[in-house]
Amino acid sequence: MTGLRTVAVVPAFDESGAIGRVVGEIRAAQPGIDVVVVDDASTDDTAAVAEALGATVLRLPFNVGIGGAVQTGFRYALEEGYERAVRLDGDGQHDAAEIGRLLGPLERGEADLVIGSRFVDGGGSYRPPFGRRLGIRVFARLVSLLGGQRVTDTTSGFIALDRAGIELFAREYPHDYPEVEATLVALRSGLRLSQVQVEMRERETGASSITFVRSLYYIVKVLLALLVASLRRYPRLEGARR
Amino acid sequence: MTPVRVSIVGVLASVLLILVVLELVRGRRLKERYALLWLATGVVLLVLSAWRGGLNTIAGWVGITSYPPAVLFAVATLFILLVLLHYSTVISKLTDENVELAQRIALLEERVGRPPTGPR
Repeated sequence: MTGLRTVAVVPAFDESGAIGRVVGEIRAAQPGIDVVVVDDASTDDTAAVAEALGATVLRLPFNVGIGGAVQTGFRYALEEGYERAVRLDGDGQHDAAEIGRLLGPLERGEADLVIGSRFVDGGGSYRPPFGRRLGIRVFARLVSLLGGQRVTDTTSGFIALDRAGIELFAREYPHDYPEVEATLVALRSGLRLSQVQVEMRERETGASSITFVRSLYYIVKVLLALLVASLRRYPRLEGARR
Repeated sequence: MTPVRVSIVGVLASVLLILVVLELVRGRRLKERYALLWLATGVVLLVLSAWRGGLNTIAGWVGITSYPPAVLFAVATLFILLVLLHYSTVISKLTDENVELAQRIALLEERVGRPPTGPR
């Protein structure tokens, strides 16, 4: 572990049942990194639970959606001068013990963005339902094609960023269903991307935000976003080596 | 040829639209910026309603031979679509700005210390 300041960004909406353990596990696994919980206007005491465990809590005044919440955390990281940021979900599906592996490529200066992928070498025990597996694969193929680099999992919310990545996502991050588009934006902006195999855990409390009607909207919205993102010009960032 | 009564109703309706929009702007209930497209709609419809020969000519250009006032409907529909599209861009911009404000509030409250108590 180098001495670079690192922050864990944890978006949470009504996760009082899981957030305590998530924060606790991050602290246990990585005592040196700060934890920022972005409370997306929860109706329960998510914020209070996180704060009691020593996390910094950013409270959004109303619900802005996962992308807007995550971006709040990246803006915090940018303004507070953090050199590294890790994003994990507030529902506990990402294993804090794997943060170290996610930070690895950043420490070695090999990447600006590291994606915790569930399918790097076809391995991993994560077996989503057929429809979702198909969607994940189609998006991955599409982003690989449009971004010019093979990506195996574009829907993962478990990522790590260096300063260049923080700067990009603080400025430019989609507001709903952000992960797929954000991956393409990163590639087109010239960020160096690397992937690390991770495990996803089944969620323990709360409900997944993805229902059937929403998944239809999800697919169409993401396809449109990918299309226009590949028509847009993004300023090329030089990979930050500092 | 356009029936005279259609022309009269068309003129009255577009004059009414223009007057209502002007009054809304006068009472500061509508910003000039959002009134412009509506005024353009009113003026174009007014011209097409009053200028009967012009309406017939345009109808001929676009291949409407049996009923020239159909051009009025078509033009009115086109302008309504324009106004709606314009509003969609306005809403998108407001949404982005709104999220940005929410994010700034969250960041500032954290920096200042405790958020104010009260209903959330």
